[in-house]
Amino acid sequence: MSNQIIQGILLGGYYALIACGLSFMFSVMRIINLAHGSLAVLSAFALWLLASRFHISPFLGLLIVLPLMAAIGWALQRFLLERSARGGALLPILTTFGLAIVIDNLLFEQFGADTRSLAPFIGSLSYDSWEWPGNIYVGKLAVIIFMTAVVLLGGLQLFLTHTGLGRSIRATSADPDTAGLVGVDARRAMAVAAAIAMVTVGLAGAFLGMRATFDPYAGAPQLLFAFEAAVIGGAGSLWGTLIGGIVLALAQTLGAQVHPQGFLIGGHVAFLIALFIRLSASGLGLRGLLRLPARKAS
Amino acid sequence: MSAVAPLIERGTATSRIAAIAAALIIALLAIAPQFLSAGAVDRITALFIYVILAAMWNALAGFGGLVSVGQQVFFGLGAYFSIRLANAGLNPFVALFVSAIVVGAASWPISLFMLRLKNGEFAIGMWVIAALTHLLVNLDRLVQGETGTSLISLNVYDASTRRVTIYWLALASMTALLAVLFGLLRGSTGAAIRAIRDNEDAAASIGVRVTGTKRLLFVLAAFGIGIAGALWLATSITFQPKTYFNVQWTAYMIFMVLVGGIGTFEGAILGALLFFLIETWFGSAGVWYLIGLGATALVFSLLLPRGLWGTLEERFGWRLLPVGYRVRLPINATDTTGEIASPVQTTTSREKA
Repeated sequence: MSNQIIQGILLGGYYALIACGLSFMFSVMRIINLAHGSLAVLSAFALWLLASRFHISPFLGLLIVLPLMAAIGWALQRFLLERSARGGALLPILTTFGLAIVIDNLLFEQFGADTRSLAPFIGSLSYDSWEWPGNIYVGKLAVIIFMTAVVLLGGLQLFLTHTGLGRSIRATSADPDTAGLVGVDARRAMAVAAAIAMVTVGLAGAFLGMRATFDPYAGAPQLLFAFEAAVIGGAGSLWGTLIGGIVLALAQTLGAQVHPQGFLIGGHVAFLIALFIRLSASGLGLRGLLRLPARKAS
Repeated sequence: MSAVAPLIERGTATSRIAAIAAALIIALLAIAPQFLSAGAVDRITALFIYVILAAMWNALAGFGGLVSVGQQVFFGLGAYFSIRLANAGLNPFVALFVSAIVVGAASWPISLFMLRLKNGEFAIGMWVIAALTHLLVNLDRLVQGETGTSLISLNVYDASTRRVTIYWLALASMTALLAVLFGLLRGSTGAAIRAIRDNEDAAASIGVRVTGTKRLLFVLAAFGIGIAGALWLATSITFQPKTYFNVQWTAYMIFMVLVGGIGTFEGAILGALLFFLIETWFGSAGVWYLIGLGATALVFSLLLPRGLWGTLEERFGWRLLPVGYRVRLPINATDTTGEIASPVQTTTSREKA
């Protein structure tokens, strides 16, 4: 049992990683990006292409793909989100959903229905493991993913509270007009935030490809995992996302124990329970993510 | 100008003609199977189902401000409950409608959860509900997971009776749902719905029952989409959970409503008609067809968020089936303010220069 808990916690690191960009964009731009999962899969395909065609290791490939993802984030904000957000809260949902359909089907058109993995390109890392006391084996890759999630979430927290750019992003998200009055370039702050969010999505896509298989339509489940982790994480800080990811993974592990098909059901049920608790306690939930540092700083 | 009383209008000559035309079209459609080929009857049945889907999603999103990407849950449940009820011995045609009532009833507890969510959270929360329901339906032994099952009890009817009966049921369901929606939107509930969409807090402050009204729309949309799912099952016989709980159904609804004109009664119908034509012509293009749909939805939401009908309505003042009231200044007053006032201003500014 303790083995399953440890594996669950490590899987939670991946969920926190993929949830990170979603909740970051939501808290800053007030937009839930429905193309989130599809963009992660896009990044995985880009790394797969670099590895299989040009023999570039996925880790080196990140040096190319992450800046590319940042550029996509910037463009996304400038050309799609900024424009559609002016039409009210509903249009960005429709815009990003349309974008997801386009990305998924373009990937299908380009790569077909085959499932792929980045595992063959990272040598023995995909199956290497450490033996822990109590006859527990933990995968090196799973630990790397977990550590990346912790560093990324912590780094984002520090960036938002301790840098000028981070403060201007927070100011813009709180009140763009007032931020503008005190000399913050709101458009730039939002575009930078979107670029940062897409870098985290790119990383999540890389780890998705290394730890599992993916196909052109794998974006939707990733989006749901990210959303569930963020909602379960609920109020608090970016660390809430990490807790949410771990709870989601543990619920899935537990679900799989109960029934052969219980893995996904367990996660969805955990999401509903978290939602129920949150609604009855009228907590802040996803909305409250990143709010804590803002309050601390003020 | 202030002396001129504004006209408050609803029914116009055009809208009265449109209402008569709509009645004629429905009457014509009712007798159409006698002249149409079997294939055409099937295709037009699909069109009726698309109109239901578009109108119901538009009721929820366009009038209620509730964008859901999980409406496939009700489509799938409509088909699933039909299978279950028919398996329990109910006449398959009756099962289709009882199933929709069950779907409507099931949507009530879902609404207790989901209507507490806002915007994007509601949209994707519904998607989670759809994913969960899909998995739970797969657990049913009758369904046998993704293998699915069939509505075998329809086999006692011969093919042509079946085809025409389903056609008429679809036409009747579409007409009834559109009529109910039209009546609802024209009445005081309609005013409440639009008030909530425009500003929820303001609506609540003047005594609109926000939660109750939203719940009504939510249940109506679930019921309508449940009928659509049940009818789709009747036309295709086989039930595979993957096909019915596929998010593409919601994608189609979004496409139809966005292109036709979100929040306009006529727009959803126009969108369904356009989608039907596009599917007939380009559906065989496979993946490029889907890319085209996604891209079109994207472009419309960015450049023409009011859709085709909304834009035409704005430009030409068209009202075929008016659900709201319109305040308009009498013709001569518009002339004074619109046509004469601006040249006067231009001359004064020129004189100053």
